[in-house]
Amino acid sequence: MSPPRPRHVRTSTPAYCPVPVRPGAGRCGICSSIRSPQLFRSGQENYRAQEAARRPGAAPTAVGVRAQGPGGAGAGCGDAAAGAGAGKLLQACELTRRSEGLPGATGTLHAYLGRSLCETRLGARWCFSRAVEGPGRRGTEARLAPLAERAFGWACVWDCCPPRAVRDVFILFLFLCQGFLRKRAMQRAAALVRRGCGPRTPSSWGRSQSSAAAEASAVLKVRPERSRRERILTLESMNPQVKAVEYAVRGPIVLKAGEIELELQRGIKKPFTEVIRANIGDAQAMGQQPITFLRQVMALCTYPNLLDSPSFPEDAKKRARRILQACGGHSLGSYSASQGVNCIREDVAAYITRRDGGVPADPDNIYLTTGASDGISTILKILVSGGGKSRTGVMIPIPQYPLYSAVISELDAIQVNYYLDEENCWALNVNELRRAVQEAKDHCDPKVLCIINPGNPTGQVQSRKCIEDVIHFAWEEKLFLLADEVYQDNVYSPDCRFHSFKKVLYEMGPEYSSNVELASFHSTSKGYMGECGYRGGYMEVINLHPEIKGQLVKLLSVRLCPPVSGQAAMDIVVNPPVAGEESFEQFSREKESVLGNLAKKAKLTEDLFNQVPGIHCSPLQGAMYAFPRIFIPVKAVEAAQAHQMAPDMFYCMKLLEETGICVVPGSGFGQREGTYHFRMTILPPVEKLKTVLQKVKDFHINFLEKYA
Amino acid sequence: MASSTGDQSQAVRNGLRAKVLTLHSMNPRVRRVEYAVRGPIVQRALELEQELRQGVKKPFTEVIRANIGDAQAMGQKPITFLRQVLALCVNPDLLTSPSFPDDAKKRAERILQACGGHSLGAYSVSSGIQVIREDVAQYIERRDGGIPADPNNVFLSTGASDAIVTVLKLLVAGEGHTRTGVLIPIPQYPLYSATLAELGAVQVDYYLDEERAWALDVSELHRALCQARGHCHPRALCVINPGNPTGQVQTRECIEAVIRFAFEERLFLLADEVYQDNVYAAGSQFHSFKKVLMEMGPPYARQQELASFHSTSKGYMGECGFRGGYVEVVNMDAAVQQQMLKLMSVRLCPPVPGQALLDLVVSPPAPTDPSFAQFQAERQAVLAELAAKAKLTEQVFNKAPGISCNPVQGAMYSFPRVQLPPRAVERAQELGLAPDMFFCLRLLEETGICVVPGSGFGQREGTYHFRMTILPPLEKLRLLLEKLSRFHAKFTLEYS
Repeated sequence: MSPPRPRHVRTSTPAYCPVPVRPGAGRCGICSSIRSPQLFRSGQENYRAQEAARRPGAAPTAVGVRAQGPGGAGAGCGDAAAGAGAGKLLQACELTRRSEGLPGATGTLHAYLGRSLCETRLGARWCFSRAVEGPGRRGTEARLAPLAERAFGWACVWDCCPPRAVRDVFILFLFLCQGFLRKRAMQRAAALVRRGCGPRTPSSWGRSQSSAAAEASAVLKVRPERSRRERILTLESMNPQVKAVEYAVRGPIVLKAGEIELELQRGIKKPFTEVIRANIGDAQAMGQQPITFLRQVMALCTYPNLLDSPSFPEDAKKRARRILQACGGHSLGSYSASQGVNCIREDVAAYITRRDGGVPADPDNIYLTTGASDGISTILKILVSGGGKSRTGVMIPIPQYPLYSAVISELDAIQVNYYLDEENCWALNVNELRRAVQEAKDHCDPKVLCIINPGNPTGQVQSRKCIEDVIHFAWEEKLFLLADEVYQDNVYSPDCRFHSFKKVLYEMGPEYSSNVELASFHSTSKGYMGECGYRGGYMEVINLHPEIKGQLVKLLSVRLCPPVSGQAAMDIVVNPPVAGEESFEQFSREKESVLGNLAKKAKLTEDLFNQVPGIHCSPLQGAMYAFPRIFIPVKAVEAAQAHQMAPDMFYCMKLLEETGICVVPGSGFGQREGTYHFRMTILPPVEKLKTVLQKVKDFHINFLEKYA
Repeated sequence: MASSTGDQSQAVRNGLRAKVLTLHSMNPRVRRVEYAVRGPIVQRALELEQELRQGVKKPFTEVIRANIGDAQAMGQKPITFLRQVLALCVNPDLLTSPSFPDDAKKRAERILQACGGHSLGAYSVSSGIQVIREDVAQYIERRDGGIPADPNNVFLSTGASDAIVTVLKLLVAGEGHTRTGVLIPIPQYPLYSATLAELGAVQVDYYLDEERAWALDVSELHRALCQARGHCHPRALCVINPGNPTGQVQTRECIEAVIRFAFEERLFLLADEVYQDNVYAAGSQFHSFKKVLMEMGPPYARQQELASFHSTSKGYMGECGFRGGYVEVVNMDAAVQQQMLKLMSVRLCPPVPGQALLDLVVSPPAPTDPSFAQFQAERQAVLAELAAKAKLTEQVFNKAPGISCNPVQGAMYSFPRVQLPPRAVERAQELGLAPDMFFCLRLLEETGICVVPGSGFGQREGTYHFRMTILPPLEKLRLLLEKLSRFHAKFTLEYS
């Protein structure tokens, strides 16, 4: 019945009554025009004429506020001449708003009155329009209409009266009148709303309804439940790509752990006394002590007055001075260059050269980042393009670290899974890569290959041969390589060694080393230092197109710079004390102790898990996690399905509830259909780890019995 | 795939294969991102610095980077108390040292107590350390005259930029005509335009009124919105108060009008309030959007969605490098808050030292604490000097013919309008540069002063501006301003 609604129509007159301006007209010249009372009167007459003209043909459901729709839109945004009158009226209202800018007590009074009047006008207009339009509606409403109309006039005359004294008298008068008027108008309009008329009448106006209803409740201070408007940002209206993001490492199970911790604090009885968060590789939270030297240098950088203190070793002071020298204003508190502090990038390059047995590294190829995560998502962001079948595909291992899947869904890229071979210590098989890429080519453009070495959550360390195969494959298929090497210091198996992709790439000869594009990532969060909280990290890019480097710097610069304290921590990680320096001995001792302990714990975990029937754990060659495969009985799977949970999520929830141990289900990392795993860090101190493992063992045996 | 044969033949010729990642194949949205504050002019400044170091003769001896609000790089000293507590947190061995005041130690212990493993080196929860969120909530309550703030609505972030990007990311949806539009002021801080380009959202410009000291006019908002409705779905309104780069401080009435407008038009409000401590002009006062919103009562207070941002980088502390910040969300849907938390958790957590620093900013020493006197003195000194510099900048610029500068009511920048002679404009066009970029590049080459052209922030067609920080020490600033004015006179002469 209603006329087709044009796009971008203003469907209601706002309470603040802005001045509508034709698009492109720039600032309105209305203020001066409306200040002539004559002009105002003609505006009012226009409005009345317009309302009257609308009367016979008006749609029965059209209420004044909404009737502003087509007309008001004309005045506000477009062309309809019929809207001119309504537009003038709005202009008058805007004037009222403006007078609120007056200083002092008068200003306050005006402001109060202005608001009240706006509300009065709104309420009055309702009644007015109902009286005018609603056939058969007479009585109070009709009687109220002229009153309401007069309120408009008053409000506007008030704006047009030049002498202050006169105006103030007028205001006082209005003040007295409007209380009464407002009350009546409100009552009527409220009744309309309650009866379900007015703005909530079903119509084709869509959103405007709720908006108008909100307006009504705004003015009327009646809030029928149904009139509460929907929020702008809801689960339905939010970014669907963000909604698709999943991040199991801090997912529902971790939220549950938080709840349980709170319950424990409140004294609720549980079969355990503390929650052990084995869900995340957070060494220091598990009691690992920070490396003394690192913290000394950081303290000196933070508070340079300490440089005079005798309690700090000279080598620490030397490093702190060097770092500060390179910072703007010699302070950690100034922004660094977007790519990171120059001298730290040089130190990183020197570290890489040392690590890779002399393969040169260029500081220009180093970008410091806010933890490795930031680098990984930045590079992926640049890489993603195309639509439909040419959308970028990103190959990631399964099981993977869920940062990858999360960033891929956020960027709306295509995730291409390749499976690691559990039977073979989670080794990477190039044939599997081939299968994955061939299948993916049907529906996307595979452009990127992500490798995590040492593996997270799987803990395998790739052999040199395997890395060579991967590089050859990437070269063949023209894939951009992302090498996540944040666990490069965490290799425990005596027969395994860490080989960096960069090094292998260079050793494979110029055909590869000058062609294959590679980004390699490192961080301060893992290794022996475990400084997660500082969010330090870097990436090194190889064979990146010079123009892309420019784009990368531009993209990084929007976030200004990585935290400078994290950059400083990174510097100390890549530039540790060397033999002959004062702190060398203590540093080496601390480092060895951490790494020795981790190796012990890796072995212990593997051994203990493999003693449990129904748990199989591949050797932990590196990184910080065990990812054992667990057998879940059919009945448990059924129970999980009844709870609408993945079976391993069900298992982990039970584990958490019964033992307080928080681990992450394998489904959060991805696993072959029908297999179940969980990821647990090996970071708790040895004795505690033993108890944890024992508890898991007991739980598992119990679980098997219960669901047998 | 189709181009692969072509690529290969080229590879044979050059011995090099075509890259996977090129300007052509990269993410087109990223390519569209522009960020003038660290744009080409800053690259050139870096090169000049390099040349100076190599002993190349220049008409100046140092490059002055007035392009970015980086207080400490300009010589501002960090607030002692902040750094003391932070050093204690970093190296808890110092807790036994007699050279630190007791209140600093107490604060450090409190922060460490709240950290995993009592160490800054552990991840925090993704929304930030709970104790610090509580402190932030209390700070907001104090600031807003007792209007309650819920710690669960406070999310700590990696500087305010991170939080702004996160909230915008949540808001972007739809395609074509229903793609999310975001209203931003012109001139704006280019983080907004950069983020919108990156997210593929539609930027909707509303112009601030230079004639009225860069005030925000609701009728202009209305115009912008109406125009935008033709091609996108405007869902958010960004307001920067105090303004960056324009330095205006919004009146309470203006804020109320903006809130009404947003409410009426169903816009999510983003209030960038990182300069809330930087208000200099007599008669200007900072009003937080949250406070005004709450005081307006229902339905606004109960329904209008708002995100307000703050940071450790500005104010009197100027700790940019630590990347501390927070966002407070008001009336945000609970499920969306969960989604926001999830999104933040992918990046694990904001840097913990930055969180610790934020804690100190929001709960500075109390009058009874031993550090109070020094803290207060340092704080006042910084703010008083900034106020003097704001005044000075305005005065010197307005004395120069062809430059007009609105009062710097707040923030850290002046954004003067410069008259450029027509021949200079032509010359710039020949070189393919924006006229004000041309001016700024020449300024840099001849005086070593690095400022950002107004075209990087957006400005009305045919007007030219530049943004300069007022952060250099007073005497240096005076010289700098005079140098700049002289250069402008010379430049005008040269091209007329």
